[in-house]
Amino acid sequence: MVKITKEKKKQLFKWLLKSRRLEEKLVDMMTRGEIPGWLHSMLGSEGTGVGVTASLETGDFINNTHRGRAIVITKGVPIKRFMLEVLGKKDGPCGGIAGEMHFADAEYNILGTQGLVGANIPLSVGVALACKIRETGQVVVSYFGDGAVDEGNFHESVNMASVWKLPIVFVVENNQWAQFTPQKETAAQPDIWRKGEAYNMTGKLVDGTDILEVYGAAVEAVAKARRGDGPSLLECRFTRWLGHYVGDPQKYRDPKEIEDARKIDPLAKFQEKLLAEKVLATELIEKMEQEIKTEIEEAVDFARNSPPTTVEQAFQNVYS
Amino acid sequence: MRELNYVRAINEALMEEMARDERVIIIGEDVGLSGGSFSATRGLFQRFGAKRVIDTPMSEAAIAGVATGMAMNGLIPVAEIMFMDFVTLAMDAIVNSAAKMRYAFGGQFKVPIVFIMQGGGGLSAGPHHSQSLEAWFCHTPGLKVVYPSTPYDVKGLLKSSIRDEDPVLFVEHKMLTVKSDVPEEDYTLPLGKAEVKRKGSDVTIVTWGQLFYKVASSAEKLAAEGIDVEVIDLRTLVPLDLETILSSVNKTGRLVIAHEAVKFGGFGGEIAASVMEAAFDSLDAPIKRVGCAFTPIPWGPEVEAAVLPQEDDIILAVKEIIE
Repeated sequence: MVKITKEKKKQLFKWLLKSRRLEEKLVDMMTRGEIPGWLHSMLGSEGTGVGVTASLETGDFINNTHRGRAIVITKGVPIKRFMLEVLGKKDGPCGGIAGEMHFADAEYNILGTQGLVGANIPLSVGVALACKIRETGQVVVSYFGDGAVDEGNFHESVNMASVWKLPIVFVVENNQWAQFTPQKETAAQPDIWRKGEAYNMTGKLVDGTDILEVYGAAVEAVAKARRGDGPSLLECRFTRWLGHYVGDPQKYRDPKEIEDARKIDPLAKFQEKLLAEKVLATELIEKMEQEIKTEIEEAVDFARNSPPTTVEQAFQNVYS
Repeated sequence: MRELNYVRAINEALMEEMARDERVIIIGEDVGLSGGSFSATRGLFQRFGAKRVIDTPMSEAAIAGVATGMAMNGLIPVAEIMFMDFVTLAMDAIVNSAAKMRYAFGGQFKVPIVFIMQGGGGLSAGPHHSQSLEAWFCHTPGLKVVYPSTPYDVKGLLKSSIRDEDPVLFVEHKMLTVKSDVPEEDYTLPLGKAEVKRKGSDVTIVTWGQLFYKVASSAEKLAAEGIDVEVIDLRTLVPLDLETILSSVNKTGRLVIAHEAVKFGGFGGEIAASVMEAAFDSLDAPIKRVGCAFTPIPWGPEVEAAVLPQEDDIILAVKEIIE
């Protein structure tokens, strides 16, 4: 078992809280029509995004996903910097070309999101292969959802990574829904972690709403990858709170299932635990809430008042 | 200067670039131990080792995606897709990931990659080992598309493609034993520059890839009949060297575009339209196109020859706009 210090627990809580409050803000802004495009809410999944990303060192790589705000926050990207991209501003890390859905940030080794689920997996394997060839000591987390596991890219890529013993960890955020279809109806083997065995790598299932369980498993898998002992497949399971996208009426879902899912809150669970352990006090949580609120409000205001992506930028970077 | 055949010229380019820059890595099916399905990578594994010449599982999608990730992280992969027909499985990584990597992330990542594959027919290889699919990629912003005909061009252009910062779709053809003079010393040829391979005054033929050889022999036959053909070998399709085409058409007033790919929807249509837009007044006759029939490539030698463009088709197209 990985030993987790009080300081680390406090830090994990702060990232969790920050991810939640930012996501609530984004859902609100999306609902009011302020964000262009779509927003795929990550509410309820913060425990996996924070827990996995927190296991990495600064120089390690992870790809973002379309529900990846917890990854972005935990990797250390300032909210101000992220919001510039979300609102399509010229000074965003991608110049407002990628937006929230494809967000990449090379300065923080965040590899971005490809539009097709599963398309990121071979890219991450390639980044890991380069780490191994160049002997950089870095580890890559390839992060994707349960839907991506049904893509050929998953199977081809994890096989290669295992054959070559690459420094990579495959993390599946299994929220039980691939867009509008339940995962268990499309997967012959819904236990994704069991697929590890088919590729001769460790497969492990964790409760995606238990941040300490996620973090502990991720720390072990990352250490194994860094030692040169090859990849692992980590399934973090929970149930999606909202629809596929913000505004999805979810007519395909039993309201009871949604209600039950929302009763299992990774943030509330962790808060209760840390209060009981006296790692946190109510006053400290209130202080964190206030700081986070101020940071988010300032970041949103800053981004709102920043200049949009220029037409000139739309014609740059097609070629070098 | 010594003569070298087409596949040995490819091999020499790879050998020299790998020796020059340790970031250059070959990755693909059978590229290592066996020396490649077409022996293009012969000797590389023995010289540079398994770390730089990487045999993969039969996983074209992952080969292209992994190569893209390697390029994002400081390497220069040459990803072999074997037959061009197999690129269908790698389309997402090439078209959606590699081609858009620099653009979609605001220039944060560059992906210098060469996706190398063999196109073209003529070997009785049937419908899944004979296609010329270059037009699909010319339609994708972010990719460069190169399809050289001669050993001299293939060596110089492959070296330039490896040194280029953008992803390059590099097509080699099936006439692996065709020879030309190839310098032993290091040289590169610029991407985006066509070459006038035969000077002439009556009609311009624009071509590329292995059909160049049929165009060249057709030009000699036409010369015997008093028709003086200028032959432009495009060499690079994207970026397109429209300038060289236009200056030739301005001189001859007549244009035939001949490619081995299916004529309907082929890249010849783009060239024809571009010339019409830029130099309509220079044209003394309608533009003609020669290409493969709108059929898959059949296996039997006689029927394969019937659907692929031949000398007779090229000669007929020229004569139709000369008279």
